[in-house]
Amino acid sequence: MTLKKTLLASIIGATMVGGAMLPLTASAETLRIGYSADPETLDIHEQLSGGMLRFSHLAFDPLVRWTKDFDFEPRLATEWEQTDDTHIRMTLREGVTFHSGNEFTAKDVVWTIERLQESPDYKAIFEPIASAEAIDDYTVEITTTEPYPLMLNLATYIFPMDSQFYTGETDNGNDKAEIVKAGNSFASRNISGTGPFRLTDRRQGVRVDFERFEDYWDTETEGNVSSIVLTPISENASRVAALLSGGVDFIDAVPPNDLERVRESGDVELIEVPGTRIIGFQLNQEKVEAFQDVRVRQAVDLAINQEGIADRLMRGFATPAGQFSPEGYSGHNPDLVPRYDLERAQELMAEAGYEDGFTVDMIAPNNRYVNDAQIAQAVANMLSRINIRVNLRTMPLAQYWPEYDTRQSDIAMLGWHSDTEDSANFFQYLSFCIDDETGAGQYNYGNYCNEEIDALVTEADSVTDLERRNEMLREAEAMLYEDVGFVMLHWQNLAYAAANGVDIEPVVNAIDFPYLGDLVISR
Amino acid sequence: MIAFLIKRLMHAVLVMFVISVLAFAIQDNLGDPIQQMVGQSVPESERDALRERLGLNDPFMVQYVRFAKNAVQGDFGYSYFYREPALGVIARHLPATLELVFAATLIIVLLSVPIGVYSAIKPRSIISRFFMGASIIGISIPVFLTAIVLIQIFSIGITVSIFPESTGWGAWLNGFFSTQGNMPSFGRGYDLVHVVGHWDTNLATWNGLQHLVLPAISLASIMLPLFIRLIRAEMMEVLQSEYVKYARAKGISMRRVYFVHALKNTMLPVITVGGVQIGTMVAYTILTETVFQWPGMGLMFLDAINRADIPLIVAYLMIVGVIFVVTNTIVDLIYGFVNPTVKLTGKPA
Repeated sequence: MTLKKTLLASIIGATMVGGAMLPLTASAETLRIGYSADPETLDIHEQLSGGMLRFSHLAFDPLVRWTKDFDFEPRLATEWEQTDDTHIRMTLREGVTFHSGNEFTAKDVVWTIERLQESPDYKAIFEPIASAEAIDDYTVEITTTEPYPLMLNLATYIFPMDSQFYTGETDNGNDKAEIVKAGNSFASRNISGTGPFRLTDRRQGVRVDFERFEDYWDTETEGNVSSIVLTPISENASRVAALLSGGVDFIDAVPPNDLERVRESGDVELIEVPGTRIIGFQLNQEKVEAFQDVRVRQAVDLAINQEGIADRLMRGFATPAGQFSPEGYSGHNPDLVPRYDLERAQELMAEAGYEDGFTVDMIAPNNRYVNDAQIAQAVANMLSRINIRVNLRTMPLAQYWPEYDTRQSDIAMLGWHSDTEDSANFFQYLSFCIDDETGAGQYNYGNYCNEEIDALVTEADSVTDLERRNEMLREAEAMLYEDVGFVMLHWQNLAYAAANGVDIEPVVNAIDFPYLGDLVISR
Repeated sequence: MIAFLIKRLMHAVLVMFVISVLAFAIQDNLGDPIQQMVGQSVPESERDALRERLGLNDPFMVQYVRFAKNAVQGDFGYSYFYREPALGVIARHLPATLELVFAATLIIVLLSVPIGVYSAIKPRSIISRFFMGASIIGISIPVFLTAIVLIQIFSIGITVSIFPESTGWGAWLNGFFSTQGNMPSFGRGYDLVHVVGHWDTNLATWNGLQHLVLPAISLASIMLPLFIRLIRAEMMEVLQSEYVKYARAKGISMRRVYFVHALKNTMLPVITVGGVQIGTMVAYTILTETVFQWPGMGLMFLDAINRADIPLIVAYLMIVGVIFVVTNTIVDLIYGFVNPTVKLTGKPA
């Protein structure tokens, strides 16, 4: 008994001391972040991933960036002008310095674009660019091979790097500029950008420390975060607990099961943002003859209750979808909504001669998308009502992709985020007729092919009149909707949570890159 | 003694060899590391080039021989994720795990010996019965749950309001059962003291100790009930033996009989089991470290599996194999010291 009392006393003591120390460790301007992952490397061109882009927005600045409403906001480029169909001229901001002290000029932009064209991950996206040229110190001209309407979308990916800093040879004779995947390159260990935060310390997988860059060009921002400690907390429950216990101030990816708990806690605030990642299923026409019949594909689409899944399984944490493009995207067509109708689905199956249905295999990951395995289970149950019997196999991500690549299953789950934040990207990767030469339809699991849609999207991609282009993409969405080239489910929402006084609402966006340089903390 | 150590060294080499073959054999089922390294829109040709550069296209035997050649020279390959030698990565994560296991072991030893001995001496007392009941419950609660409950109570805090707040006693009880939280719920904290090499310690500062408490308790919670019951059972058996009866008859003080004569013989099997269990505990840290985001080997291993970081997985498994051999060797040595009649080399005396 005495032992227990002593234990209790020491715990109470610890609690009190911990409480007393809290204001000291959490001074008004330090932001302690608990993200689900830390940046894989310091070389922002080594890997194209959400985590790396978030990191890019801390230590670097893009030429332009997305606003909450999918408009462009000037950053290192202050003005831009399409001089003719294939040339765009950008005026750069003056008086910007890199963390190393070097001055930022047009040659850094040219150098960065050329490096992006070498990067395995960015190469494909930057293919439309023929060359970039520095006209003078603060003007750069970008030439595209063909008329290309998405130059500004690409500019959100151009985070100018310090060309002087990354030029030369390391002590053991390697080029400082080289991009080595999973290797020990200079750029993966050293960093110099123009961003609001300067990296001061990094222990991979444990923590990353940033200080505000004292010579940051954007002096008008109200952001007052002076230092950042980023701790990766991959376990969902632990990340939420860390926020609720005051161990961190800001977390990403609040899991649906904890939304209620976070919302009701008085000490933290939950911010939900509709996301842009489409979740859906692909029907393999190579393996199942029935899926070649558009009526069967429509029946599958009609049998799935998107609203129900978003509502009950996702607890409102998803926006039901009838098309690839989320609201705000160029090709978003407001007429295309989910059309759950079980009776019609059964009729269509009967019309197609599959009244008795058939048996198929389905694969889905179980740790990639929010509630992925449960969603697949629900969809399997819904399909059983039109007599499609589903053998579902779910597996962890590391095993899922190799399995997906073999295309041996009949139905596969996929989530896709458009790298260009534009509608055409969805079609090019998910529904284009497969062409190994050009890489089109790389993730077209079902071997779906509709040349009319392909032609329309391809044409749209060379139209620089954006209003006309949007009209074409909306038309393409409508055609795909009718033809069910992809079984749409929903766009997965994003949820962030932060301690009271950490005003994250203005700085988070659907693209999932919080602009922490502008974050205001008032405690 | 020397012969014994050499024999054990050969055991260790054999264990590492077998584990490395097994780990290599299953690597194809661990997933595709390339997928984790490239963006979604990277074409197949680029992926193949990377696969080729990492040597993943070679046949099993070629890959294994290449690995074994390097491993003999102490090079266990390069972690894909950390971009540095796998052995270095493990060395960096090892101290955190060892400190956690050390703290948990300390808790187990300090609690299980007195409780076990007490409940053997006074098996019918209420306290003994309470501990026996509690240990049954403790042994059946998974460490994951223990950890989450500890975090809820001591880090986040709970507010109890089941008693009537208006009455004095109700308010007092509510206050008594409610907790404030504020204990750290993740990581090792930022107040570590550097000792030597890769070793930063949690044990030297108050803040560091605070971070250590909850993970250590939850790790200890699996083994503690086991040891309490083991010590109690052994002690009860020893207390029935002739020499204890004789010592009693001789009039030696009961305290001396219990704690010197009986306890010494009780501890022999406990040491054997304990040694093996410490090895198991290193494995159990995977769960504890995941919940508390403790940056040790367990968390590192789980992440490596999720990323299909094969070189790191293989190196980790081999190192854990060595840890098992080493702990078993130390246990055998200690056994020899405690009980000189035991011959280490196994030859008849």
